[in-house]
Amino acid sequence: MARRRTERIKPSEITSESAFFNRREVVRSAVALGLLPAASKALGAAMPPDGDFGELAKWPGSVEEEPNAFEDITTYNNFYEFGTGKGDPARNAHTLETSPWSVEVTGEAEKTGTYTLEDILKPHTLEDRVYRFRCVEAWSMIVPWVGFPLGDLLKRFAPLAGARYVQFFTLNDPSQMPGLRYPVLEWPYREGLTMAEAMHPLTLLTVGVYGKVLPNQNGAPLRLIVPWKYGFKSIKSIVRIHFTETQPKCSWNMAAPQEYGFYSNVNPNVDHPRWSQATERRLGAGLFSPRVPTLMFNGYADEVADLYRGLDLVKNY
Amino acid sequence: MAQHTESVIAAGGHRAARNPVAILKPIVWIACLAPFAIIVAKIAGFGSLGPNPVEEVLHTMGKTSLNILWVTLAVTPLRKLTKWNWLLRLRRLLGLFAFFYLVLHFLTYAALDLRFDWSWLWTDISERPYITVGMLALVLMIPLAVTSTKGWQRRLGRRWTKLHRLVYPIAILGVVHFWWQVKADILQPLIYAVLLALLLGYRLVDWRARERRSRAARRDAAQRRGGQAVGR
Repeated sequence: MARRRTERIKPSEITSESAFFNRREVVRSAVALGLLPAASKALGAAMPPDGDFGELAKWPGSVEEEPNAFEDITTYNNFYEFGTGKGDPARNAHTLETSPWSVEVTGEAEKTGTYTLEDILKPHTLEDRVYRFRCVEAWSMIVPWVGFPLGDLLKRFAPLAGARYVQFFTLNDPSQMPGLRYPVLEWPYREGLTMAEAMHPLTLLTVGVYGKVLPNQNGAPLRLIVPWKYGFKSIKSIVRIHFTETQPKCSWNMAAPQEYGFYSNVNPNVDHPRWSQATERRLGAGLFSPRVPTLMFNGYADEVADLYRGLDLVKNY
Repeated sequence: MAQHTESVIAAGGHRAARNPVAILKPIVWIACLAPFAIIVAKIAGFGSLGPNPVEEVLHTMGKTSLNILWVTLAVTPLRKLTKWNWLLRLRRLLGLFAFFYLVLHFLTYAALDLRFDWSWLWTDISERPYITVGMLALVLMIPLAVTSTKGWQRRLGRRWTKLHRLVYPIAILGVVHFWWQVKADILQPLIYAVLLALLLGYRLVDWRARERRSRAARRDAAQRRGGQAVGR
């Protein structure tokens, strides 16, 4: 049924705003550099063997604030597959094998199958995007990610009309991830977005930080960054993308549904049942810096509020 | 528990050839002050408090308070099992250090997190159960710290022992405070809970054994009295 409907409407044919702007961005950066080889490095994205992406197009929407130190971003992580302490991932994630890497695409799409990391990156243009990052634990950072809009990738898989949600899965290999021995969460870690959220130009498929390849503890080689949602929605080390008609299961929602909803949008007006979400502690700000107010949709309300028009955000936390 | 301690300590102290308390007291001081000294050194720039310094200080103070309180609660079982009665003479010092870290834990939260915004504190106390129980533990511990002196012990007599049994609910509140703010990995609060169950369980078993003994003694005495009456 779903298949027949898609023959008439082809969602993959719609050009997104982000793809449109991307092309302009590529042209602009190529012109700015004045060199075709430099531009071509940015054009055909690939994992650089030296770990450095080199010159990247600067996304114009980046936040103005000073990014957190590389050390803050890479030593204070929640990545329970490597332990539940904030320092555990940085200590333990060296066992993660990120090359070769492939992603399985399943569910409601025409072009399902297994894609290598190289296949995934190749047609896209990587950008340097400085986003706010807000954890549900009420701390935050400013992070210069490297990536490209997830929607541009998803379109390549030609989602069918039945694809109303996208679910993502993290690698589930206890030989590489010592934390999987403990049933802290239901493994594999999984997360999900509505199709509209996944296609939103802010949703970033991320491969780097500070112009370099993601360190393992940050979710190498491929992770999501959904900047207007609490950090746990931004799933790390993705090995499977699943298009589905029904709202997918998400690990934290499965663990404590009354505390972590499917949406989990950053919202200072809706507290976690056990703590306030009105303010946040900015990492790296020092011992004596005050907490800062949390912004609606983490400061991305202008871009994403329309996605939730008419939705009761207290009920749909 | 405590009313018979003075004589026991005196007897134990005389029997011991050397006085272990004299050696142990400075060790307890150093061990208990070490976490505080390390934090102060890190604040002063020797070492790092990491990307989230407020959390680091807050958690260090809170966990150290729990650790020392658990050691304090281990004194009585250890003393009874080993007959090292001199251990009791370290208990007040340990208890006061647990209180010291609890106060620092609260001050870190009040000063660095709330910036002494007392209306915010009230909101937290009334709306966040883990803070409610944490504050309750702090408030309950104040009278124990105040009455920890020999003078108060003498003045309150038997009531002092009763009052200081508050340490049991305080410890339980401490575990609950920890447990209620953990996201998913309950391992650490679970370890504290299991250890506390052992420490309090020992007391329960010991108390029931003493009850049984005293009941038996009363029965024996009554029987003896009865026998005498018949004989007469």
